[in-house]
Amino acid sequence: MKWTRRDLLIGLGGLPVLGAVWWAGAATAVGSRNKRSEILEQLNIKPSLPPAVPGIGGDPVRIGVIGFGIRGEQLTRALGFATDEWKEEMRLAAEEDPNNKRLEDFEAQERLNVKLVGICDVFDVRAEKFINSFSSDDNKIKRYLTYKDMIQSGEVDAVVIATPDHWHAPMSIEALNNNVHVYVEKPMTHTVSETYTLRDAAEKSDAVFAVGHQHRQTLSFSTARDIVEKGTLGHVSLIQTNTNRNDDNGAWNYDIHEKASPETIDWEQFLGSAPKVAFNKNHFFRWRKWWSYGSGLSGDLLSHDYDRLNCVLNMGIPASVSSSGGIYTHNDGRNVPDVIQVNMEFPDFSTGSSQIKGKEKGMTFCYSATLGNGFSRPTILMGHDATMELGNRLTVWPDGASTRYADMLEAEKMRPDVPIYQYDPAANATDAVSSATSQYFADKGLMWTYIDGVRVDSTFLHMREWLSVIKNGGNVSCGIKEGFDEAISAHMAGLSWKLGRKIEWDAASQTLRPIEGIDFDQILLANENWNAQPEMVG
Amino acid sequence: MNQNQNKLKASVALLRIFIGWHFLFEGVVKMYNPEWTSFGYLATAQGPFEGFFTMLIGDSTIGLVDTLNIIALMVVGVTFTLGIFERIGAIVGVGLLALYFLAHPPFPGLMQMNVEGNYWLVNKNLIELVAIIVIYQLPTGAYFGLDYLRKNKIKTQEQ
Repeated sequence: MKWTRRDLLIGLGGLPVLGAVWWAGAATAVGSRNKRSEILEQLNIKPSLPPAVPGIGGDPVRIGVIGFGIRGEQLTRALGFATDEWKEEMRLAAEEDPNNKRLEDFEAQERLNVKLVGICDVFDVRAEKFINSFSSDDNKIKRYLTYKDMIQSGEVDAVVIATPDHWHAPMSIEALNNNVHVYVEKPMTHTVSETYTLRDAAEKSDAVFAVGHQHRQTLSFSTARDIVEKGTLGHVSLIQTNTNRNDDNGAWNYDIHEKASPETIDWEQFLGSAPKVAFNKNHFFRWRKWWSYGSGLSGDLLSHDYDRLNCVLNMGIPASVSSSGGIYTHNDGRNVPDVIQVNMEFPDFSTGSSQIKGKEKGMTFCYSATLGNGFSRPTILMGHDATMELGNRLTVWPDGASTRYADMLEAEKMRPDVPIYQYDPAANATDAVSSATSQYFADKGLMWTYIDGVRVDSTFLHMREWLSVIKNGGNVSCGIKEGFDEAISAHMAGLSWKLGRKIEWDAASQTLRPIEGIDFDQILLANENWNAQPEMVG
Repeated sequence: MNQNQNKLKASVALLRIFIGWHFLFEGVVKMYNPEWTSFGYLATAQGPFEGFFTMLIGDSTIGLVDTLNIIALMVVGVTFTLGIFERIGAIVGVGLLALYFLAHPPFPGLMQMNVEGNYWLVNKNLIELVAIIVIYQLPTGAYFGLDYLRKNKIKTQEQ
């Protein structure tokens, strides 16, 4: 048998094709991998691992819940207790959409060493729901008619406060004075003066005080901190954060319970320090719409965005704040704005510079919000060397004019439109998010974080950390210092909107720079247009 | 007649090599990229077989699915470019393309993701699938490919 050259050409003609394609494929894959690892090596970013929390040993922590509304229920679930109604609702939701894993996630949640012992809610229906769901023969849950009764009973070690904003500080202070541990929702206070009183109480108390900014547990934020600290972005001169919601729930028009009446609601107690008005269901269920009980976009949602960034950058209280906006999308009797733009100035702050010394210093934090449009605008940190999008996912793009990456950009190893770093802990998870408002929180990294690709409720982690500190000592990640920064900054934004002028912070004296003839707290609580609009219950 | 036959064989051989080229390149790129996974493609599957595809993305199955996909791509690529056992390659290729087609079918009402054109019922995956059927029907490895040597060898031994 002898093959001619012609035979070999015909028989082996495909071989060079195979060789060439193989080589090209391998070179493409390995080449882009090398280019990427060169960039990653230079950036040296370390994705954060979940913090190790010492166990919550000993006797269970006896917890009393104050306020069992929407957020109160969520916090109680984070503690490991879900109402039967919620479980049934989630079971049906999972039947409809197999991707809805909320019940499954809840059931898989680690058990915390806690015992629910008391409930205090001024609405009978909610207090009864709590008792019906969680009271058992071995653990009889007690209803307390006032928060003082609960705190002073000696039967609770810790309280979870999820009430309207105007009750946050009085309840926290009462608890701290009685050495009862506190987990309070944000914003931690309703007025400027309360913020100082609460800080004093927390500093004097032996109890552990935590503010409910659960996103401090989100791993992407600690990774973001590493990215900024390594100078990846260069000098950040502008931060843009946003709120975009366009639904009833997002505009705080929550459902009004059919059983709500002066007989089932302790109206006087709900009002507390608020102006005395007649019983009003709209005010009770939708309290976030009035300055008397809530803090509007600045205290409610800006506070999240501010603290998210304060957790990444630790920039503290702004030197000055100016806000503008109005009631442009929900003219339904509310007196808090539904569109607001807040500019916070940090003239001395810097995330580091890759250019000549002294050229770059100072940063503006810009918060832009509307409750009349749901187009998702991401949170962006804009630095001289790179731009970072911050959420549950992180993406970093180099800037075309960067000093730090000039060589890499020149050599076309980097391109401004191609991210140099991406962190997506959820890449291997499918999520089903139930509503527009939850999507809003989820995108911002406010609902859950991912550990080894598994979704974990960040509120659960935040409460676990608080309970662990109660038992083992140490520091909570959002304590009185962080809460103080957040509350003052939010109040500055609210005041600026109300006064239509710039509000300044004097860092040396740790006080707001006074404005002649103006009592800040009076302004903050003032309710122009009070009842001027006809009540719109929709 | 014979000349026409030759022209047809040359054309199909070229088609075979190009399809092989396409599959081989896809296979090699994935093989040399350890981070590649079909997870995203499967997780976003749509249409009547969505349930089947999302079933494949479990922790225990996804690794196997990825490996099998690379092997299948390489089998088609190697048999088609070299021109040997191309009918086996064709069967594997048709199976693979049928799966790709069904995971993201261009049916009305479904969202078309990552596509560079407009399709209705028929898309490029389906056309390539039919082209592979042609290759199955008209093997050309003995005309241009390793099969030529194998067949010739048998022939010479017979003589």
